[in-house]
Amino acid sequence: MPLLNTLARLEAVRSGRARPLATVRHRHLSGRPLVLVPLTTSGEAGAPLGALVGTDRHDPCLLVIPQPRDRDLRWEFLAELARQVMPYIDAYADDVEPAERTETDPETGKRVKVETELCVDAPQLIVPSRAGVEYVRLLGRSMRFRRTAEEDPENPYPVPTQVPLLGRWFTHLAERSRVPGSALLLSATELLARHWATGQSSVEDQHLGALLAWIAPPGGENGPGTGAEAALRAELARDRDGQLLVPPAGPATDPAFDNKLLAPAMARYDAARAADDRDAADRAGRTLRELVEGQLRPTWDAVWRSLDLLRALPAGERTGERWTRDRWSYTAHRDRVRAGEPPQPRRDDAVTAAQKLATRETEQVRLDAQEALDDPLVMAGRRLAGEAFAGEVTEVVMEWSESARPRPRPLVTVVTEDRPQLADGAAAKVFRSLDGRPQAAEFVRFEGAGGIVLRLLDKMGSGREPAPGTVPEKGDRLCWTLFEHDARGGPKLPDPEQTPWTHGGPPGSATAALPLPDPVTDGDIL
Amino acid sequence: MTAFDPGAAAAQATAAILHDTLHGTDRGVVVDSPPGAGKSTLVVRAARELAAAGRRLMIVAQTNAQVDDLVLRLHEKDPGLKVGRLHSSEGDAYDPALRELPSVTLSAKPGDLTELPVTVSTAAKWAYVKDAEPWEHAIVDEAYQMRSDALLAVAGLFERALFVGDPGQLDPFSVVGAEQWAGLSYDPSASAVSTLLAHNPGLPQHRLPVSWRLPASAAPLVSRAFYPYSRFRSGTGPGERRLSYGVASDGSGPDRVLDEAAESGWGLLELPARHAPRTDPEAVAAVALVVRRALDRGAVTQDEHPGGPTPLTADRIAVGTAHRDQAAAVRTALAGLGVTGVTVDTANRLQGREYDLTVVLHPLSGRPDATAFHLETGRLCVLASRHRHACVIVARAGIAALLDDHPSTEPVQLGVTVKFPDGWEAMMSTWDFWSDHRIPWRP
Repeated sequence: MPLLNTLARLEAVRSGRARPLATVRHRHLSGRPLVLVPLTTSGEAGAPLGALVGTDRHDPCLLVIPQPRDRDLRWEFLAELARQVMPYIDAYADDVEPAERTETDPETGKRVKVETELCVDAPQLIVPSRAGVEYVRLLGRSMRFRRTAEEDPENPYPVPTQVPLLGRWFTHLAERSRVPGSALLLSATELLARHWATGQSSVEDQHLGALLAWIAPPGGENGPGTGAEAALRAELARDRDGQLLVPPAGPATDPAFDNKLLAPAMARYDAARAADDRDAADRAGRTLRELVEGQLRPTWDAVWRSLDLLRALPAGERTGERWTRDRWSYTAHRDRVRAGEPPQPRRDDAVTAAQKLATRETEQVRLDAQEALDDPLVMAGRRLAGEAFAGEVTEVVMEWSESARPRPRPLVTVVTEDRPQLADGAAAKVFRSLDGRPQAAEFVRFEGAGGIVLRLLDKMGSGREPAPGTVPEKGDRLCWTLFEHDARGGPKLPDPEQTPWTHGGPPGSATAALPLPDPVTDGDIL
Repeated sequence: MTAFDPGAAAAQATAAILHDTLHGTDRGVVVDSPPGAGKSTLVVRAARELAAAGRRLMIVAQTNAQVDDLVLRLHEKDPGLKVGRLHSSEGDAYDPALRELPSVTLSAKPGDLTELPVTVSTAAKWAYVKDAEPWEHAIVDEAYQMRSDALLAVAGLFERALFVGDPGQLDPFSVVGAEQWAGLSYDPSASAVSTLLAHNPGLPQHRLPVSWRLPASAAPLVSRAFYPYSRFRSGTGPGERRLSYGVASDGSGPDRVLDEAAESGWGLLELPARHAPRTDPEAVAAVALVVRRALDRGAVTQDEHPGGPTPLTADRIAVGTAHRDQAAAVRTALAGLGVTGVTVDTANRLQGREYDLTVVLHPLSGRPDATAFHLETGRLCVLASRHRHACVIVARAGIAALLDDHPSTEPVQLGVTVKFPDGWEAMMSTWDFWSDHRIPWRP
């Protein structure tokens, strides 16, 4: 953990209130996000119990499965979820703008610009916590390979039309959420924890109620207690019946709720169904809906409160650029679905896995740089770590390169109190933001107390004299970074059909490692 | 039982490797090399023999420094051999000394080098070479430090390959999570060798049996702690390497630990137990003082090579740390003591390098916890195996208790080969051993 974040946590412990970790908002927030609060059934993987979903904080759609172990009811639930979510996701598909993309021409092998289209906005799904993101992934995995009656008339258990489609989109969103800085699928706890430091551990920060209590304790500044006390209450306080006052943000439920309330209600529902007593079953079903809603509603409100807190921060300058990448991601998946491509495979092949890893590493580097450039508080952490320095220009000496056409290479002396990780005799490049674009300089030497001599290398125009405004002047205050401001993508990998022998050859070839079914377990075919 | 002849054992291993490489039928040959076992020598020799056999050869190394070093070694052994050095288009990407070598062609364009018998570059640069006529043979150096995805990007360029590396050093890593692929044979964040062997389990695997770098005092510990299933020996016997000082000890902690290290090959300077920030000022000062005293006391080294004792100069001393900020703090402290020319770097950057005396800031010193990063086997292995004569470890007391409090908690992933020994075990066994060479800090 960076030293400044440790300090912020210590200050939070002392004051009982969360401390800011950022002065701007580092993730794009949609004007109309879709909030999804799912609950799952204990003891059975991938059996949803209920959900609140919707774009209107005052009018969520409540979905409840009265008996989650009944698979017919489960698929009805997922079909209803698809009816709620798919129109939202599809709503962004047709509003497009022209764009350009570089592609490798299959005939010449050259990189060429291709006219294409880009969706002007993209859907954004917000779940309460990290576990919620994993649950979206799990639901996607359980839905995307199912077949509808139209696709496979022979299938004895067809699913409603939009269910496999929702599975593919959930899978896409969950996969995209692994890309650092992406914003198609976000969790409220991670968003809050990125922007505020609390006095509790990062594991405890995954409790949305407790996290919110640290950041915005009930009653505000003049409330009855500190955030720390409120957080403890959110985590532990129970009513006379032993139920948590703040239900967990899910998808897991509280065992006391399961045992004392849910299990008896479900038993009544099962008994009514077994006795074919429709009225009793309806009554039991309504009770179950109320119970589940009671668990979901506080989390639903907490997610929207989190979004309020985050919207109060101004958006970081470069979040828009990252959102554009999300729009590309959305557009590309839209195209794959429209082209009738099969659902995402169970496992990535060697080339896809390597490509994804490369993308995520590039995006991580880009995110680290962009957050620092967008936010002086983040930059302060990098300065403290010796990865950047800020100071005043005390001297500028014009020099030129030695060549037939001399180019400006001015020497700039910056006096700083920071201690960047530069060493005399060791070549190093530093960068500053010049109208949003990075200008590079090389480190020349230390001079005097806190003086750092740099030689500017680029962005000074093409002439002998530097273009106006491109060379800093005496008295300017500048911040230089030892890291680059943008990240370069890696080399192009071979096509999957060209997977080399070291990696098992092309998928499906004799040498490729096929995941064989477990010979002992009957029916291990997934 | 006949006495172990290190030279003969090493020659026998090398002959078998070269035979499989030049005359074998398999597409790949894997060579495990413990620290200082002559890996570079093997690479140079294999390269020359492959070139002599008329096989167009590409060599893949991991860093520009390694590439430059290989080119220089090739030139030294065979000044007539035409070698291409493929470098990135940024001007300062290679050692300027290469420009002086007439047999070496430097270029940023692979097309300029395709006709040469040997072309050397980094994996990162090779990955940009497209549509080239495949090379008949490749040598992949430091293959255990190469990531699987980096091999994926270059493996289409060659027909067959010799993979050489040290399995005990640092595993490649990723700055983002890659758990979703754990257990897949081609996990892109795994090492190139593990992917290669998962898909080609029948490839011949060899091992270099002798460390020429490590002294007789160090090889048994490093072998036992880090290579329990592929033991190796030192090339020199007890007493063949000697470290001594012109000036007697002043009785201080640094002097006594230097004496202990000269005597036994290892010395542990133990500071009082305390939780400290990563750049623990006292530990950093102690490291710097040990280096300063080693130079002040006129240390001389004597080894198996003919010639008298050699003075131990600053460039033959290295300080190893776990973190970059620790290295920076040590550099500052050394500069404060007026010491220049000593290499101070992290384990990652010290890989493959060799010094006479090393001073190591123990990765767990002063820590309240033991994370997977600090427990990584390879990190400690690199730090403990850079020296030809002696190694001084600087640490705060309490590491054994810290280890007891932090058993390994890494999740077990299905399908992932468990690495032995795990970092915890290696930490514990080395700590046990070093405790016998413990000198309490006394300024």
